Amino acid sequence: MNLFAELYTALDETNRTSAKVDALVRYFECADPADAAWALYFLIGRRPRQAVSMPRLRAWAVEAAAIPDWLFGESYDAVGDFAETVTLLVPEPGEWHPADVASASVLPFDGPQPLHRWVEAVLLPLRERDEAEQRAIILAAWATLGGAERFVWNKLITGAFRVGVSQQLVVRALARVSGADSAAITHRLMGEWQPSAAFYQALLAHDSADTDVSRPYPFCLAYPLDDAPETLGPLAEWQAEWKWDGIRAQLIRRAGQVFLWSRGEDLISDRFPEITAIGALLPDGVVIDGEVLPWKDGTVLPFAQLQRRIGRRDLTRNVLDEVPVVLLAYDLLELDGVDVRDRPLTWRRAQLEWLVALVAGRFEGETRGHGEQETRGHGEQGTWRQEGGGVSSAGFVSEKPSSLDNAPLLRYSATPLLLSPIVTATDWNDLAAQWAMSRERNVEGMMLKRRESAYRVGRVRGDWWKWKVAPYTVDAVLIYAQRGSGKRASLYTDYTFAVWDGDRLVPFAKAYSGLTDEEIRQVDAFVRRNTLEKFGPVRTVTPELVFELAFEGIQRSARHKSGIAVRFPRILRWRHDKRPADADTIETVRTMLPGD
Amino acid sequence: MPDTLLQLTESGLYCPAGDFAIDPWRPVARAIVTHAHSDHARPGSRAYLATRDSERVLRTRLGPDARIETAAYGEVVSINGVDVSFHPAGHILGSAQVRIAYRGEVWVVSGDYKTEPDVTCAPFEAVRCHTFVTESTFGLPVYRWPAQERVLAQINDWWRGNQEAGRASILYAYALGKAQRLLAGLDPAIGPIFIHGALIRLTEDYRASGVSLPPTRYTGEAPRGFDWLHAMILAPPSAHGTPWMRKFGPVATGFASGWMRIRGTRRRRALDRGFVLSDHADWPGLLAAIDATGAERVWVTHGYAAVLARWLQEQGRDAAVVPTRFEGEMGDDGAAETGEGEEA
Ligand SMILES: [Zn+2]
Ligand SMILES: [Zn+2]
Repeated sequence: MNLFAELYTALDETNRTSAKVDALVRYFECADPADAAWALYFLIGRRPRQAVSMPRLRAWAVEAAAIPDWLFGESYDAVGDFAETVTLLVPEPGEWHPADVASASVLPFDGPQPLHRWVEAVLLPLRERDEAEQRAIILAAWATLGGAERFVWNKLITGAFRVGVSQQLVVRALARVSGADSAAITHRLMGEWQPSAAFYQALLAHDSADTDVSRPYPFCLAYPLDDAPETLGPLAEWQAEWKWDGIRAQLIRRAGQVFLWSRGEDLISDRFPEITAIGALLPDGVVIDGEVLPWKDGTVLPFAQLQRRIGRRDLTRNVLDEVPVVLLAYDLLELDGVDVRDRPLTWRRAQLEWLVALVAGRFEGETRGHGEQETRGHGEQGTWRQEGGGVSSAGFVSEKPSSLDNAPLLRYSATPLLLSPIVTATDWNDLAAQWAMSRERNVEGMMLKRRESAYRVGRVRGDWWKWKVAPYTVDAVLIYAQRGSGKRASLYTDYTFAVWDGDRLVPFAKAYSGLTDEEIRQVDAFVRRNTLEKFGPVRTVTPELVFELAFEGIQRSARHKSGIAVRFPRILRWRHDKRPADADTIETVRTMLPGD
Repeated sequence: MPDTLLQLTESGLYCPAGDFAIDPWRPVARAIVTHAHSDHARPGSRAYLATRDSERVLRTRLGPDARIETAAYGEVVSINGVDVSFHPAGHILGSAQVRIAYRGEVWVVSGDYKTEPDVTCAPFEAVRCHTFVTESTFGLPVYRWPAQERVLAQINDWWRGNQEAGRASILYAYALGKAQRLLAGLDPAIGPIFIHGALIRLTEDYRASGVSLPPTRYTGEAPRGFDWLHAMILAPPSAHGTPWMRKFGPVATGFASGWMRIRGTRRRRALDRGFVLSDHADWPGLLAAIDATGAERVWVTHGYAAVLARWLQEQGRDAAVVPTRFEGEMGDDGAAETGEGEEA
C-alpha cells in the first residue's frame, strides 16, 4: 500500500507530464505484478463499487476523531473532499488508544501489506459484511494506515479514487517498462479483465496471441477542426459524414457471441437488445464501430431520449417501443477474425457496406421467417454463404438457436444496423452549405476522414477531424455558487445560471468550465462578498454577474424548473458589458427548442 | 460588551481604563503591538509599545518615524494604572501575548501564536488569566501539524532531489518569520542559499537581533550565467509566476505553510510541492494553550472563530466570537481558507 500511496502522492504533486511518467515507470519497475495490476486498474479510472456508504463512514470518522458531527461538517466544508476530510480528522496510527488498536485483529493480516492484499482481502469482501463488521474493519484500517496511505484507502472505499493521469500516460509508462507495444497494451486493457498478476504479465507480453473474444479495439478519435476545411487539401481525399450525437460503440461478433461496448468501456449489450440481436446476424469474426442512436421513422431523436434507455434499471416494453435504437455503422475494424484497421478507409468502407447489406438481407429473412416457421431462414443461409466467400460460415440459426432472441427485432420494419451516410458535395463550398444545415438534421456537424487513412488508436492529428457547428448561446445571470472539488475544492467554481421569466430569474443551466483561473478567483471573491443565503454547500448570490453560456442541445424537461434541459452547458465568456437586465428571457431560450 | 477590561471598538480591542488599543486596525494614540505582521502592526498610530525583540523588524515595517517604545518579556509597564506585560507567543521573532492586569482582573491577548518550538524566537509561554483572547487561524480539527523535524528533513531531501533532477529549488514562504525559520532549518552543506530581495532586510533584522542563520546571498548579486542548479532560493509567494523566476532556468517550486495541509489549496497553487509548516497553533495546540491559561472566559478571533467558540461552549466554557476587520472584508472564512493573508 505504501508504494502505491507514494505513487499517488508523486502523481498528485506534479503537473509535469514527464515527471508523472517517470513516477509511473519507477512504480511499475519495482511493484509486485499483483499490485501493479490493481494499481493499473485504479489509475485508468476503473473502480470497484463503493464498499461502505458515506453516512456510515462519516459516523465512524466522527467517533474515531471524538468530535461532534457539526465539526465534521465544518471541516468538510473547508477541505472540500470527503475522503480527505476523514483522513485528516481521524487520529494517526500512533495516536490510537491501545484498546482501539487491539481491534486491529479483525484485519486478516498484521503489519504493512501490499496494495493487492488490502484490496482483495479487505476492500472487496467489505460490501458483504454487516454494519458492525464493517465498522470494526474500517476503524482497524484507520488505526493501521496513516497519511497518504490512509487517504488512498479512503478514496478506494468510497469509490472516488481519481488521479490526474490519462490512460495514455499509464500505457506509455508500461510500454517503457516492458518494451511491449503500446497499441497492444491499450488493446489488452479494453474489455473486461480481472486485475491479477497473470493479467499484468499477459498485458506486457510481447506476442499478441490474445484470446478474449469480448475485447473491443481502442476507438479512433477525431481532432476538432479549427481552421477552414479547405485547408485540408482536395475534397476528393476526404470522406464526409454527419457527426451524430449518440453513444459511440463497438459491435463485436466473435465465437458465436455478440458484445456491444460503449466508448466509456461499458458493456452495454443488455441495454440495447435489438442491436445485440442484429449483431447475431453478422458473420463471425466481425467488429463494427458505430453510433447507437434513438431512431424513429427514418430520423434521429434527441439525445435525451436515449438517456431514457440508459438510465433505467429495467427496460420495459414501453420504453423499447417509444425509443427504438439503431446502430449507425461508421467503420469496420475486424473481418473474418482479422484485424483490418491498417487497411485504408475506402477498403474498410466497402466491406462495411457489403456487411450491412448482408445483415439487411438476413433481417428480412429472419423477421419474415419468424412468422413462416423456420423454413425460409435455412434457405437463405445457403445464399449468403455463397455470397460471403471467405467469410466464416457460422450460421445464425443453427449456431446457437437457444441464445438467439429475435423478439427485439420484431418491432422493426427495417434493419436497425444502418450505414452512416456519406455526404457528397461538388466542392468545399457545397459541403459547407450542407454543414451549415447540421442543426436541422439534429447532428452536431460533420466528420472529415481521410480516405486513405488507417483506423488509428486514440486521438491522432491529421486523419480524422470533427467539424462542429457553433453551439447555441444564451446570456444568463449567476445566481448560485458551490465549491468545486479536487484542485478547486476551496473555490466557488460550480455555478448555476438563470434567465428571466417575467420579473423572476429561473435557474436554467449549471456550468463548471470556461473561465480562466483569474476569472474564477474574481467570481470566487464576488461570491464571498455577495452571499445572500447559505444552504448547505450552496450559496445564493446577488444576481449581478452576466455570462454568455454555450450548449450543444436543448430539450423540454419536466424535471427542470425552467422546463428546459440543455446538454454540455459551458461558460463562453464573462459579459462585463452586460447588466442582469440584459440577460436573455426564457422565451428566447424556448425559441431554440426543436420543433418550435 | 460593556464594563469589560477590553472592549471591541471600531479600532479593534481597546482598553478604556488604560486608554490604549491592542493591534488596532486604524491609527490610535497608543497602540500595543503583539508582533510585526501587517495585520497586527498597522502604521499611523502616535505611539507604539512592543517587545524589545521585535523592535528591528517592527521598525522595518512601520518606518523610521514611528514612535516605538519597547519592553522586555515579563517586564511590567504601567499605563494609567493598568499593568501591561509581554509574554512570548512563539509565533515569530519578538511576538508576544499581552497580559493586562487591573484591579485584580487579568486578561491575556494572544496575538498570533504557536506552541511548537522555533529556534528563531522565544517559545510560547502559557499565562494564567481570567479572560483569554485567542486567535483561531487554524481552528479546525483537520489542522494538525506533522513534527517540524520531519518537514524540515523533507525540505532538505527535496532540495537534494531537485539537484539530482537538474532543477533549482524555489521555496516560497512569508517574508517575515517563516522565511527565517526555514533558513534556520536548511542544511547549508547541500548547496548555496539565496534569498529574494524582499527578504533581505528582514533577514538582516533577524541576524542583528541575535538569531543565528546560515549564510545567504541575494539572487540579484549572482554573476551572469550563474549555475543555479544547486541553489535553494527563498522568496515570498508573490514572486511565483513572475518574470523574476526566469533567470533560474529549470526550477522546482515549493511552498511552506499550514494551508498546505489541505490538498485542494496545495494543488490550486500549481506548485511542485507543499510543505506543512505553520507559525500558528494547530487545533490541538489551540486547545492545549486555552486550557493552560485556566481562563474562565475565552474570546475567539482571527480565523475559524465561530467554530472554535462553539466547540469551547460545548465543552462548557464561556466563549464568544470577537470579529476582526480582516474577516469582515473577506467573508466568514475567506481569509482563512484561501491562505492569501500575509502569514500562516
Ligand atoms: Zn502573525
Ligand atoms: Zn495574524
